[in-house]
Amino acid sequence: MLKEVRIHGRGGQGAVTAAQLLAHAAHMEGKHVQAFPFFGAERRGAPVKAFARISDIPILLHSQVYSPDYVLVLDPQLHKIIDVTEGLRKDGVIVLNTTKKPNELGLAGWHVATVDATGIALELNLRVAGQPVVNTSILGAFAGATNVVSLESVLKAIKENWRGSAGEKNAHAAELAYKRLTKGW
Amino acid sequence: MKSLVEQKVLALNGDEAVAYAAKQADVDVVAAYPITPQTIIVERFSEYVANGEVETAFICTESEHSALTACLAASLTGARTFTASASAGLALMHEMLFVTSGCRAPVVMAIANRALSAPINIHGDQSDTMAQRDSGWIQIYAENAQEVYDSVIQAFRIAEHPDVLLPVMVCLDGFQLSHSVENVNVFPDEIVKKFVEVRRFPKVLTHEGKLALLKLDPENPMTMGPLAFPNYYFEFKRQQEEAMKNALEVIRQVHDEYARISGRNYGDGLLDYYYLEDAEIAAVCLGSTAGTVKTVVDELRAEGVKAGLLRIRTLRPLPFEGIQKALENVKAIAVMDRSMSFGGYGGAVFHEVRHALYDYDKHPFTVNYIYGLGGRDTSPMQIREIYRDLQEILEKNRVETPIRYVGLRE
Repeated sequence: MLKEVRIHGRGGQGAVTAAQLLAHAAHMEGKHVQAFPFFGAERRGAPVKAFARISDIPILLHSQVYSPDYVLVLDPQLHKIIDVTEGLRKDGVIVLNTTKKPNELGLAGWHVATVDATGIALELNLRVAGQPVVNTSILGAFAGATNVVSLESVLKAIKENWRGSAGEKNAHAAELAYKRLTKGW
Repeated sequence: MKSLVEQKVLALNGDEAVAYAAKQADVDVVAAYPITPQTIIVERFSEYVANGEVETAFICTESEHSALTACLAASLTGARTFTASASAGLALMHEMLFVTSGCRAPVVMAIANRALSAPINIHGDQSDTMAQRDSGWIQIYAENAQEVYDSVIQAFRIAEHPDVLLPVMVCLDGFQLSHSVENVNVFPDEIVKKFVEVRRFPKVLTHEGKLALLKLDPENPMTMGPLAFPNYYFEFKRQQEEAMKNALEVIRQVHDEYARISGRNYGDGLLDYYYLEDAEIAAVCLGSTAGTVKTVVDELRAEGVKAGLLRIRTLRPLPFEGIQKALENVKAIAVMDRSMSFGGYGGAVFHEVRHALYDYDKHPFTVNYIYGLGGRDTSPMQIREIYRDLQEILEKNRVETPIRYVGLRE
């Protein structure tokens, strides 16, 4: 069964890395994977997209994802300026980084899960160049909101990507997000 | 097909797959200059060098022109050489591409296909390698990261084969493959080492009348790339053409031998056939888009539509007869080009395919679709449209617009 994921973020927030980590996590579970970015002009703060596919059989498609099963949103303001639900399957799930509750986002009719990834990053002092790191938390939340990948695989992928304390801290953030996730359904 | 050896499955992007293959292929010299979307290849390889994982001499040059010149010179001394480039970098190599193939230096180069300026664009299309298809290099276009890995390993065997001795470009679509993480089965190092073998050299007669191996060697001095005036130049060029012809068979053999070990095959190594036996309508394309087309063909077949795909894996040398045979019974053909031949009648691949069909009694309808320039995405929905167009052509029994553009504002 093919599952398609679209990740929205802003340049510098790690949407591309999140897609790659997700692919690595699913790959560890023996799945066929694909993860790829859509790079615009590479400037900090501009909306960016990255995609991932996870499947039990080899993936032939090499187009962007047009009807995602899951949408991950790294930035709390992004859903106000772009349509994060574009092409999303009816039974699809949106996981957002926000302090708000799922029913406070104007996304009625969708399966929405929220987590305060920014809050977790500030709490753990998880920052890169002063900015809170939210991409690894979102992956923890994604594991909690769906059964596509397990939290264990996400943590393993994170620790393999960053050895030492950076890996530990990011893994801790993902674990907290997994626990603190609020599902709107 | 079953694999003869146990392989490890890694999650690698296309660039990483190239670097991994080059690492295992026992390369003596790498000379390169970075350019997006190829950069990861050279970055990874330089890490292998820094970590002592390879015994390769790594030369950071001041330009792509110099990078290929260094590879050429190293190759002529007998070294196995590798480089990578893209877009403007490949364009800057233009002069040295001809020198490399003319000197019969078996350099292997990966190209992460990218658009050419202006306007500046870092994204994928095949304009860069299409512009070099007359440079005397073998060109192999990969569909996915796995094939990228496999093709780079095969490329050394093809390039260095005594009947070929031509440089090889392995082309991977920029971003769609270069930056896309996928499952890649990799061999243990020793299997690759055994497959690529130690470089062999044919024996040639030196100016002193001695038999010597064809490489620069102070013990047996010889001149490479000498002056050839009207009395001999033409014969050199004719020999290159003969080598290209030989390459058709060598590419097939190397592909088949590799397939027996790996359990993976890409058609016959030259052409990849997808549901063509009874196809009435078919697309012809190169590179990663073929995967998307295959997905659409699967859907159409499930709906009872006799659709097929011919993927040209090897564009140079062109498997001319293979193309004829593969499209023998197809009634309407959509040839897809991810580059433009400005002022030509359609794109480069269209020229080749239509040309191959000319000698036939049956002249199928052929239409050209220019797509994906500057990284514009080509969706499964757009591919479906193309097949729908072909059905319509058969219904109306005529082609109204022979050259079309996919997803273009007009």
